[in-house]
Amino acid sequence: MSADSSATGTDSMTVSGSVSTAGSISVMTEDAPTTWTGSLRHKWMRTLPPDKMLPERQPAYVTSWIYVFGMATIVSLILVLGSGAILTLGGVEWFHTSSLGRFVNSLHFWSVQLFFLFMIVHLWGKFWMAAWRGKRAMTWMTGAVAFLASVGTAFTGYVITTNFNAQWIAFESKDVMNAVGLGAIFNVADLGQMILLHVCLLPAGLGLIVIMHVLLVRKHGVVPPLEALDPDAQKAQVA
Amino acid sequence: MSTKHEAKADLDTRPWTGPTRHYDILKEGAIALVIVTVLTVGLAALFSSPDDAQLTFKGWAQSSPDTMYTAAVSELAGSSESAGYGPPYNNNSDGLSVGPIALQKWAGVTHPFDAAQDLVIAPLESQQQPADVAAALATWKAATADQQAAWAEAYDTALADAEGDAAKAAEGDYGPVPALATGLVAMGASGAYDGAILSRGSFFTTDYTKQLLFMGDGGYMEDKAVAANLGGDTWGMMNEAGSWPGQSWLAFASVWYQLPMFNTEGNVLTDNADAIIFFILVVLCLIMILVPFIPGLRSLPRWIPLHRLVWKQYYKENGRA
Amino acid sequence: MDTLGVALDSPAQYWQIWEWVQVSIPNLIWLVVMLLLFVGALVIPFPKSAAK
Repeated sequence: MSADSSATGTDSMTVSGSVSTAGSISVMTEDAPTTWTGSLRHKWMRTLPPDKMLPERQPAYVTSWIYVFGMATIVSLILVLGSGAILTLGGVEWFHTSSLGRFVNSLHFWSVQLFFLFMIVHLWGKFWMAAWRGKRAMTWMTGAVAFLASVGTAFTGYVITTNFNAQWIAFESKDVMNAVGLGAIFNVADLGQMILLHVCLLPAGLGLIVIMHVLLVRKHGVVPPLEALDPDAQKAQVA
Repeated sequence: MSTKHEAKADLDTRPWTGPTRHYDILKEGAIALVIVTVLTVGLAALFSSPDDAQLTFKGWAQSSPDTMYTAAVSELAGSSESAGYGPPYNNNSDGLSVGPIALQKWAGVTHPFDAAQDLVIAPLESQQQPADVAAALATWKAATADQQAAWAEAYDTALADAEGDAAKAAEGDYGPVPALATGLVAMGASGAYDGAILSRGSFFTTDYTKQLLFMGDGGYMEDKAVAANLGGDTWGMMNEAGSWPGQSWLAFASVWYQLPMFNTEGNVLTDNADAIIFFILVVLCLIMILVPFIPGLRSLPRWIPLHRLVWKQYYKENGRA
Repeated sequence: MDTLGVALDSPAQYWQIWEWVQVSIPNLIWLVVMLLLFVGALVIPFPKSAAK
């Protein structure tokens, strides 16, 4: 079911109802794509059509408070990025002398604490649910990498606070970096490098990983329960 | 794989065809955002955030001039920790290794650093000095490297024997070294050293390596850190100044630094602790990332069925295998 | 310091559990909150809604 693109000006592909139609979505009756762009669009619409990206229903087994922690983590990350963005307006020394700066720094500090708190609860929940089942290994792996990237990003944050804590953390951590040769590339005592890593490169990298992680969740759906009965088999029995 | 196993794997993989429930992702997100924002603002307003004042050389020179004096001498003598650090600063040591793997050495000297020159001589030279310090500088620069070493090492030893008290140091031929050290501490106390070591003659700089290295020599910074319980062997990695929470998520890294085997003087494990622990952590990280592929570990959720709490409601209404 | 809130700039208390195992009280609170959230999430019933 696809509208003729020249008539409507849009390439609309309506997928009926929920994502519960098994197998591939075979609604593409238009010609096979001949362009890179077309191929990408087709692949995208096959993997992540709009109603998979923004669904209105979810499996009935998503009924536990443990499920809110993924969202809580993302929301905390938004606050981290937002408070961090305001801090960039004032620079790394702002919060020493400005009470507004100190407050924004506090927002950043506590949103980071909450971010890690929620992320670890989310991680623990996903482990005990064996959420990597059903070809969801990449979802787990991107999540684990996101956790580690967050630890690294937070570390660069501590090192640019231009106070005693930053001095001490830089002094101690340089030994770890140097011990394995990373100190040749990353100089924790180079404020310019650490600020750019913390504000630019690492959040960008982390952001990409998080986006991949979320898209994978949308793609595969929430993992079924470990001891769930086959709903098709159940329907067949009832019938 | 048995058919039952295959059937289960298939159920996990294919799109869910069972019962569904209402879901509003944006509304959930919005509610979560409000709750977490209120939490964050509340915590920020109530508890603020840590900001212990930075240490300066002026502060060091004024509060503990003796330790700055002995540190300056140790830089000239090459006995300070940073003087003998090794790569990436210099080649005065091979650095840490794990067996034959010597990554620190292999990475090479990428941030060249000469303790005596960078921390003492150059800053002194960058300013107008009193006559005796200027004369001492001239004497030092005119001497051979061997002569410089002889003076500095002799005085370094004498100070160590006198437990850091210059007044009690034995008489000897120390050349210009005492005057240089005195000049340095005076420069520190006036605040001039902070400026000199920062700019090193340039306009822009973001590199604080030299300052950090000198600040760490001589115990001033370390004493303050240990007093604030930020020392590595007291879980310092996850602690924070004052009574704020620290980086609790670093517990799995910090724990290794508490083990006695990494805290015994002269033990090869302790000498190379940073390198060894780093490798341990890399292994742990890989294990964490690769959980789906590790037999046994990936079966833990089946053996310890916490999931029955997660899906309690669903199992009750729809049955359980 | 923040006039609204609780001053946290005095040194933290520590709980020495055993030999080289110690934790700061703020970190301990953090860890306990995390544990409570995890246990609570598993144990606290989720509001029922009509499933289709």
